[in-house]
Amino acid sequence: MTVARPRPRQLAGRPELYTSYAQHLRLLNTTPKRRAVLALAVVAFALPFVYDDQTLRLLTLGFAAAIGAIGLNIVTGYAGQVTLGHAFFLAIGAYTAAALSGDPDGRTIGFGVSNVAVWLLAAGLVAAFFGVLVAPLATRLRGLYLAIVTLGLVFLGEHVFKEWEELTGGPGVGREGPVPVLFGNQLNAPGDMFTGEQKLYLLTLVLLVVFAVLARNLARSKVGRAFAAIRDRDVAASVIGVSLTHYKVLAFAASSFYAGCAGAMLYTITGFIEPGSFNLLLSVQYIAMVLIGGVGTVSGSIMGAMFITLLPRVTRELPGFAPFVSSDASAPLNVFQIETVLYGLLIIGFLLFEPRGLYGVWIRLRNYWKSWPFSY
Amino acid sequence: MTAAPSDDAAILEFDDVRLSFAGVKAIDGVSFHVGARELFAIIGPNGAGKTSIFNVLSGVYRPRRGRVRFDGRDLIGMRPHRIAALGLARTFQNIELFANLTVLDNLMLGRHTHIRYGALSAFAWLGRARNAELAHRAVVEDIVDFLELEQWREHPVRLLPYGIQKRVELGRALAADPKLLLLDEPVAGMNLEETEDMARFILDIRDELDLPMIMVEHDMGIVMDLADRIMAMDFGRAIATGAPAEVQNHPDVIRAYLGEEEAAS
Repeated sequence: MTVARPRPRQLAGRPELYTSYAQHLRLLNTTPKRRAVLALAVVAFALPFVYDDQTLRLLTLGFAAAIGAIGLNIVTGYAGQVTLGHAFFLAIGAYTAAALSGDPDGRTIGFGVSNVAVWLLAAGLVAAFFGVLVAPLATRLRGLYLAIVTLGLVFLGEHVFKEWEELTGGPGVGREGPVPVLFGNQLNAPGDMFTGEQKLYLLTLVLLVVFAVLARNLARSKVGRAFAAIRDRDVAASVIGVSLTHYKVLAFAASSFYAGCAGAMLYTITGFIEPGSFNLLLSVQYIAMVLIGGVGTVSGSIMGAMFITLLPRVTRELPGFAPFVSSDASAPLNVFQIETVLYGLLIIGFLLFEPRGLYGVWIRLRNYWKSWPFSY
Repeated sequence: MTAAPSDDAAILEFDDVRLSFAGVKAIDGVSFHVGARELFAIIGPNGAGKTSIFNVLSGVYRPRRGRVRFDGRDLIGMRPHRIAALGLARTFQNIELFANLTVLDNLMLGRHTHIRYGALSAFAWLGRARNAELAHRAVVEDIVDFLELEQWREHPVRLLPYGIQKRVELGRALAADPKLLLLDEPVAGMNLEETEDMARFILDIRDELDLPMIMVEHDMGIVMDLADRIMAMDFGRAIATGAPAEVQNHPDVIRAYLGEEEAAS
């Protein structure tokens, strides 16, 4: 006997009063959160009509990197398995997509399947397959040992990509990135209404939103809790019924799927893949995104990825303000050196002063304004 | 607490188990059984092998010899998460909670083996996963209610006082809906008030949930008051098993705790 009731609503002025578990478990469980995300979405979708193509391309790269950073956060932030092999999975995704969509009569391997939906899924799945192959290492090793072994993966990959010229074009030559076609519309070339940059921006933005929501769902589910249990105390996790092997494999598979899709998108945007670029530095950049953004948070991954992607754009402006800094790579003090030093300084700084990353900075700001003008 | 209900079918049979670490005999041929509604206590000086028995039961250690039957199944050689799925839940001597998670998440993890949906449903959070989460959340809220944890629900466990953490860990074990509950020093390091709270919860569990339990504990007051039967251990061996009064006055037990009479003279 159920009485028809109006859907339980949150009361105005009582943001933390919930009248049902469903309300509490919702992703955006307060009105301010819903409004802020809506505003952010409107701004994000309006940007392509405001900014020039060059800025858009940079933002699009940031979005694609964010997908990869969310992936790394799944395995490292949520499940606690430190891996330096992320560049390898990005490469697998990039080459799968490029080979599938490439010109069949071209210089490098190509199958001419240029539908985005097909090659993106394939890029994710092939990367996930390699993730599953690597995962058993994580059931045997932990902490730094796992990091070192996954580092080996990057060197293995780098070697294979440099030698396998039919696929990659070889070092210094490279090959074209994936060709994106969706509903018969070539996305990286100007069309009737939009430029190529605008189309790619919108596609990547939609993908980022989808991947971010899926990751948040995973995090609040049984799987996300099992990841956290393994990260915090693995013996206790297994004693309460969490299969360590199963969930570590799952974490690597999900993470590599994200990395594969991110790799495919990144090189669609740049339009060119150089086999030497999948090196340790790339993996470290993703670690930096996760650490600076916020370990174990999806919004932090996005903030970190945008930050690291936009950082070079800012440092390139430096010679204008500080004449002693040169933009020439052979000069004694140049912007590239400053960039590398900045990565290191930022990682150390965040680890020391705000281990929760940019996400933590945001939480602090939010809490400050929540109680303003009182201090607590 | 009149007749020890040890005559009904045993839920657990622990038969001549031997476990050693590099020559140290942690468990040296111990046998006991636990009845289907019994509160069985294991006592003994430090290093007697009490916690080792728990670790054998939950699959963390694999004994060299012996047989362990739980609810009709042989446990030896089984992986910990499989044993948990059979209905054996435990707490730890030094709290083993997931420190960064909230009380609710810790309790939900206790229900892990009962929540059945796959990774793909988890990604989608539609229908199956969402309904399962809501249903199990309701079960967990009953445990929050039972253990009076309402005000701590949303707190990360690492910020809670010690006594509350012990209670959360008990809650996590209860959330698994176990057939047998292992309590490893449930009142260790607690003040009198916290100890009495915990004793009350243990009695409630027995009376309301009808759950058999094995308790390892140093606090003799608690053990004598709560246990149906007691096994005393020393140097990996069972030296006496029986009703509390019997074990308390057993000469070997007194010797294990207080030392040899003649050595003093």
